[in-house]
Amino acid sequence: MSMTEQLILTFISGGIICAIAQVLIDLTRITPARILVIYVSVGVLLFAVGVYEPMYEIFGSGVSVPLIGFGANIARGVREAVDKEGFIGALTGGLAASSAGITSALLFGLFASLLFKTKSKRM
Amino acid sequence: MNSEAKKQLIKKHSPGSSLFKDLILSFIFGGGICVIGQLLFELYTTLGLDKKLSSTVVTVTLIFIAALLTALGIFDKIAKHAGAGTLVPVTGFSNAVVSQAMDAKSEGYVLGVGAKIYTVAGPVILFGLLSGVVYGVIYYIYSLLGG
Repeated sequence: MSMTEQLILTFISGGIICAIAQVLIDLTRITPARILVIYVSVGVLLFAVGVYEPMYEIFGSGVSVPLIGFGANIARGVREAVDKEGFIGALTGGLAASSAGITSALLFGLFASLLFKTKSKRM
Repeated sequence: MNSEAKKQLIKKHSPGSSLFKDLILSFIFGGGICVIGQLLFELYTTLGLDKKLSSTVVTVTLIFIAALLTALGIFDKIAKHAGAGTLVPVTGFSNAVVSQAMDAKSEGYVLGVGAKIYTVAGPVILFGLLSGVVYGVIYYIYSLLGG
């Protein structure tokens, strides 16, 4: 696959995943916070049933950048940890695999609140 | 032109259903952010990072960019048009965390920022982990049965 083809597939898949959420928001008045929760859980589900990895091979960041990818990452971490450590891996794998995203978002949030005064409200 | 014809003309040229406009905008912004992620991924792998690490660094980079834009007040202006296009990518998670933290500043750093920073991050992490544990237990039992 050429770089251009990859980027087109990434754009279309990522766009569709976001547009689906937009339909849910506009038609059902579901809150943005719930969208995020649903998408993370859907990501875990897609990975669990074996759909996510073949999708990732084709669409790349188109499926991994949306929060579905965050969920799939949790599921991948759980699977690897269960393979390695057995049952306890179900408890350790998820946070370990998503730690970089969670920790960086929280720390950037703290730094932003220390350094900036701007008011912003969205949810 | 009489007023009836004028009305018709205005109706014809005003934006279609707002759902359609929202859809197009969320598609373009969401797809665009994913393309930026893919370009960063290609950059990091070219620099010699393996795929798994590149993917992690891409996530952190996008979270950082969204956090900075949120802090500068630019994110909200983009999100107003992009809707789910900026919400659904990991940028939306970052924006939710950072904006909650900034809003809670006046309530102090422990029970203000420290607690409120989890307003949206908490549910996302909680239910993500719940789904992960359920999958882990099923996967464990499945592997015991020799699946």
